[in-house]
Amino acid sequence: MTKQSLALSTAVSVVLIGGVSAANADTLRLLTWGGYAPEEVVAKFEAETGHTVQVTKSNNEEMIAKLRATGGGGFDLAQPSQDRIAGPQEEFGIYKPMDMSKINMDLFIPSMMEATKGNTTVGADVYGVPHVWGTSGLVLDTANAAMVKDYTDLCSDDVAGKVSYRLKRPTLIGFAFSMGLDPFAAYGDEAAYTEIMSQVEAKLIECKPGVKTYWGGGDELMGLLRSGEVVASMAWDTGGWKLNEDNADITFVAPAAGALGWVDTFVLPAKGKADDAAYAWINFVMQPEIAAMITEAAGNFTASQGADEFAAADLKAKYQASFPQEAIDNIKWYPPVPAGLEAIEGGVLDRVKAAN
Amino acid sequence: MRTEAKLGFALLLTPLLLWLSLLIFVPHVDIFLVSLRERIGVGQYQTSLANYLTFFQEPLYLWTFLRTAVMSSVATLITLVIAFPVSYYIAKMIKGRAQSALFLLCLVPFWVSELVRTFGWMILLRETGVFSNVLQYLGLVDGPVEMLYNDGAIMVGLVYTSMLFMVVPLVTTLESLPDEIIEAGYDLGGNGISVLREIIIPHAMPGIVSGCIVVFMLSLGNYLTPTMLGGKESLWFTELIYSQFIVRFNWELGAAFGFMLLILSSAIVWGMLKLTGQSLEKTMG
Repeated sequence: MTKQSLALSTAVSVVLIGGVSAANADTLRLLTWGGYAPEEVVAKFEAETGHTVQVTKSNNEEMIAKLRATGGGGFDLAQPSQDRIAGPQEEFGIYKPMDMSKINMDLFIPSMMEATKGNTTVGADVYGVPHVWGTSGLVLDTANAAMVKDYTDLCSDDVAGKVSYRLKRPTLIGFAFSMGLDPFAAYGDEAAYTEIMSQVEAKLIECKPGVKTYWGGGDELMGLLRSGEVVASMAWDTGGWKLNEDNADITFVAPAAGALGWVDTFVLPAKGKADDAAYAWINFVMQPEIAAMITEAAGNFTASQGADEFAAADLKAKYQASFPQEAIDNIKWYPPVPAGLEAIEGGVLDRVKAAN
Repeated sequence: MRTEAKLGFALLLTPLLLWLSLLIFVPHVDIFLVSLRERIGVGQYQTSLANYLTFFQEPLYLWTFLRTAVMSSVATLITLVIAFPVSYYIAKMIKGRAQSALFLLCLVPFWVSELVRTFGWMILLRETGVFSNVLQYLGLVDGPVEMLYNDGAIMVGLVYTSMLFMVVPLVTTLESLPDEIIEAGYDLGGNGISVLREIIIPHAMPGIVSGCIVVFMLSLGNYLTPTMLGGKESLWFTELIYSQFIVRFNWELGAAFGFMLLILSSAIVWGMLKLTGQSLEKTMG
């Protein structure tokens, strides 16, 4: 009798524990950028909710390529930039709509939330909410490259041989703006966009002899700038601020044509299995204190309402030094990239790479 | 008894068949099918040869492939020229522990990953790197010299990366050459050059051919070394494939490139075998 009841109670408790853990404690597979899920934030989240978090670090292109390969499986939450959501969704169907009722709207800066919702809407559904934002522009060694004020100044003879930028789409867009063109206005018109890109192509080929190398990863660029082999480059604001701590001459400068603004978002992959954990993560990291921890790790500010109060003073000072009010007003925010534009840009980038 | 033998044979064959079909045959069929799709609109595709046409119509792609093939051939030749004396020394000139020790020394660099080895070369070659500083210290140059980011740097990296794959087959074949035959060559009036030409090279031919094939294919398919050491001049065919798949989301063109690489590199190896009068059976046997 006692034996039987023991077996019964064990069975019941196994079922209970099993059932509870299936409902409440999931594994959240997070596909994100370096710095967006610092260890102490993950540990806090795991302690508070019981979910476990597996972090995979990546970048925009790889995120989309990974999700495309599995039809939107393998991850429960991803963080592509807001301009790379509508296009890939129409083309490959790799995301699922956000249930806005599960997101605590009070945690978000309303204007950013509205902008991201607008940019990530396909049909009647919203696919993304904002998380971290920042800009890319010029990172300069001001002692040696003070004359560089704009993207096209990277071609000047004064810095020849000591310049580096990426051979990727931000470079094309930045150069186009600097040449007085408006690539964003031509997004919807393939012929006009091709025309703009061919002008940029000619410019980049003309500039190639003065380029030291096209950098691939952030660490590579850091090494080049630290050693002094490169004095002027195109990079993210955080890269410049990080280097500024080691060498006061190096900092981020918003170019005359305007820094390029990006917003990294939260999206749910189409075949994600832990939506509840994903919503819990979003609502957790958008709390002002937690968002400030992420700002500390990533170096960029978040869309969290009120997190500025908790941000480190030196980071705020660097931000204000790089961005006077008119530079903020001049930030060019990336609109959603229509599907198919990558093919035009790809041809341009390949030809620049091959040019002598 | 016979059925048991058959069963054993089938069981032994299964892993090989699974390997070949699941990991090699099926993915290739899939890639081939992808390469035949042409994007005609948002999420719409049709079957066509457009991607292959792109490869032949855009001179850039064909040019990149040619460049990759020529650079890989040169790398193979340089590797052979450097590895042959090294292998001959290891196989014939020394014996015992010194032989094992030297062979081991050739292996040691391969205990770290290719990435680390390539970083090592970057530290040596860069403008603020070791070579540049030593040259300045010796007073041979006035200012810093940049040795990275050019074809020469790529070549150094490729040869260094593939050295082992040339040394191993060469040492194996050279060791099987009896010393008496070389001595007999000298006894019959041969000199160093004629013995090398008439006896050693013909005997080592299978090792040379298999080493060359491996090194050529490794160089052709290398991604890391050309990208990291070549910098802005690092146009390499595998890089084109990577960027089509990952950066441009253009899997169709990337798949077509992958297939062209398979076909063209096989054709080059076949052509080289024919040209030198070798055959794969002789090399393997």
